[in-house]
This record gives sequence, C-alpha cells and structure tokens, in this order.
Amino acid sequence: MKYVDEFRQRDLAQQLAAAIRQAVNPDRRYNLMEFCGGHTHAIFRYGVQDLMPANVKFVHGPGCPVCVLPIGRIDNAIQLVEQHDVILCTYGDMLRVPASGRKSLLRVKASGADIRMVYSTQDALRIARDNPGRQVVFFAIGFETTTPPTAVAIKQAHAEGLDNFSVFCNHVLTPAAIQNILESPEVRAMGSVSIDGFFGPSHVSSIIGSRPYEFFAEEFQRPVVIAGFEPLDVMQSALMLIRQLNEGRHEVENEYTRVVTREGNLKAQSLVAEVFELRRSFEWRGLGLVPYSALQVKGSFAGLDAERRFDMPAISASDVKGCECPSILRGVKRPTDCKLFGTVCTPDNPMGSCMVSSEGACAAYWSYGRFRQPEMPDSEESAA
Amino acid sequence: MDQGDAAACVDRALAMCLALPAKVVAIDAVTEMATVALGEVRKDVSLALVEDVQVDDFVLIHVGYALNKVSQEEAERTLQLFAEAGLTGEVQP
Repeated sequence: MKYVDEFRQRDLAQQLAAAIRQAVNPDRRYNLMEFCGGHTHAIFRYGVQDLMPANVKFVHGPGCPVCVLPIGRIDNAIQLVEQHDVILCTYGDMLRVPASGRKSLLRVKASGADIRMVYSTQDALRIARDNPGRQVVFFAIGFETTTPPTAVAIKQAHAEGLDNFSVFCNHVLTPAAIQNILESPEVRAMGSVSIDGFFGPSHVSSIIGSRPYEFFAEEFQRPVVIAGFEPLDVMQSALMLIRQLNEGRHEVENEYTRVVTREGNLKAQSLVAEVFELRRSFEWRGLGLVPYSALQVKGSFAGLDAERRFDMPAISASDVKGCECPSILRGVKRPTDCKLFGTVCTPDNPMGSCMVSSEGACAAYWSYGRFRQPEMPDSEESAA
Repeated sequence: MDQGDAAACVDRALAMCLALPAKVVAIDAVTEMATVALGEVRKDVSLALVEDVQVDDFVLIHVGYALNKVSQEEAERTLQLFAEAGLTGEVQP
C-alpha cells in the first residue's frame, strides 16, 4: 500500500541502523520514551529495539487511551447499561478491559445488556436514529485524534435534535500527561527511569500540530521528535533524537512532515474548542489525578452530556491485586517485571489494561514474543 | 486472503488508534462522505474534519474519519532523508 510499504523497506532500515550505530556516543545512555501506543506497537512488531545499540533504549509511555482509563470509569459505563438500560456504543478496544467485580463490557453484554461495538461515531448516531425509544450513549475515549470525531457527532446530534443520544466523555490530552510524567514527585519517588528524549505522537500531532510541545521541550530541556508510525519513521526519529542529545539541543523536530504541520488541523481544533472544555482534573491509571488533562462537554451542549443526563457517581476502584499496569504505564517497570504477565494475564484472558489493547506494552511484549529473548544488557548502572 | 478477511483487517485497523493512509476514490459533497481505497478494500469515511480534499488525494483514516491529507511531496522528502542518513553509516552485512 502506498505510504506504508515504502516506510518499511528492509535495506533502508539497515542503512538507518548503521547510521544510528555511528551516531551514538558509547559513553552515554539514550532513554527515549515513546508516549504513544502506536509507536510501542511498531517497535515490537518490527523488532526496532534489536536494531539499536545497547545504550539506546525505548521506554514505553502511557499513550494508550484504553490502558490509562481508570477502572472506575468503566464501572460507570457498566452502571449505565445495568441501571439505566441504555444502549451503550463503544470502540471495540474497550470491550474486554477488566472492570470491578470480574466484570467487563463484554461479559455484561453476554449477560444480555445492549452494548454495541462501533467503528465510528457515525455508527453511534445511526443507532440513536434507529432506536428513538431508547437512550443511546457513546462511551467516548481517546486522545486528541479521537476527540474531533466525537465533537462532530455531538454537533450533528445537536443540529438534528437527536435527544436520545448522549456522550460519556473520557477524552484526554497528551501534553498534560507528558508533563506530568516529567514533573511528578511521585513518579520520581517510584524510581522512574530518567527519560532523555521523547518521540512525539504521530496522529495526535496531526490534529494538535507540533507547536504544543515547544513549551515542554524548553521547560524540561528534553528534545521531542514527532515521529510517524512506520518502523523507518521510528528509526529516523531515534537518529534525530540521538543527534539532538549529542549536540546538547532540546528542540521540537518533526519527522512526520507528510502529515504533521506546526499548526495542526485547524478545522478539527476549532470543532473541539466549540464542543469541549477542560476538566479541572482527571484520573489517569498509573498517573493518578492530573490537572487539566481531560475534556468535558461544554455547557452549550449540556443536553448531550451523559454525565449530566444520568446519575453517575465518581467510582474509585482498585486494580487487580498484583497487576503492575500502573508502574508499566509510567515506564517504571517492564511487563516482564509483573508476576501476572504470561501466567494468569494473557491477551486471551487479560487481567490488566496493558494486556487488553494491542497498543498496550504487555500485549506487545506477549504478541511478538520479545519476552522470550534474554534481556538486553543494562547500561543504566554504568551510565549513572 | 479473501476480500472478507481483508475487510476484517481494515476494520480492525480502523478501530481505535491505528490510522492508515487511504486514497480517495469518490466524494459526496452533500453528506461530506468519501469512499476511500485501502489496497483492494473500499470504505466510506467522513470528511467533516478536513478541507479541500479531492479525488485521488491520500488521507489518513481514523475511526471512520479522514484526519488529514497526506503530502506526497513531504513523503518523498522523508524517504530521501532516510536514504541520506544511510549514506553516512556503513551497512554491515
């Protein structure tokens, strides 16, 4: 396929690997965090880590929206179907995420609840039009990429007067989370690996542009390279980060210029600004409460906000005992450090969110068999 | 892989997070919808988030929406960058 195959060419990968080997300074370490689950997926699927010198490491960040959603919000969604008899529409990724009391949306569906998997917010609108006598709630999750489609649906429902439709909004913001990882004393206390540079998300950045990272690169003195999702994109971006670190620079660079501009998608941004506003604070799995890190439906569209339409108490639920998802999401632990990994927790029977989503670090470790290989020699001690 | 399997793959790719570049083959200006081709598979997507999209443009598809146009010019420049990076390194067989 065009724009896919060219960015997976083997000979170019070998050339890039050689250029990276030549660029690295053997006396220092390069801990590069990929924030976004799409990069985690690409790194594992194509074995990019194996092409890197031992002192270049990928640290997996919390950039999987399925993984960072706290269990309490899934419990809320289950309450909507069990107590308010709504038709709940959701992206397929959410169905198998474990909720409290050994439930999941899939299990609740199996016991008769009306939960429908949709590919698009347009499908959710269609279901609402087809079922005028029922309340239809779209369980909206995701980062800046998935938010504009929800905004379109809210505006459309508003314009059509589709009053049996509402949105349970869980949209979260990338820059706030990256900042939280770097400045949270709690993360430092947990012994987080220090992060030298960041891969900026591909498709989130196609919407928000590269500009929002500029403050952050300056403030925290860490380089950011916006990287495409194909393996060659990740390698080229690693090379760009390595060069910045070698030269003591901390700038925002853009490798994914075929899609991302500095300004981003202005039409999508203005739709989001019209429909959503910042929440004062939102709970992230692994990060806890992060100020101004999520969106809620604006007052002018209050009628389409499920949290206003239904009684939805805040639920604080704890993770499965032994599950290391919170530490894995912060880059503090690796999947193989978790006792549940590969024993009771597998993609067929996930206990934690990182095993459910194909972009979660645990699922990526498991699916591509990387956990079976001996660990890379650890250069952290020597570099520290 | 038959057409059904291919469609299932594309549908999976259209689920959360993954986004793919697809070629626009038809546009319905009234509904702001487009038919796009991903390899052999056709899919209807919304154009509500993009502007000035023409037939034959490539767009990035995510959860049933076109998020952005893909720039042919920039794609070629990036591929050129990969090739140049390679020139500075020695390829070990």
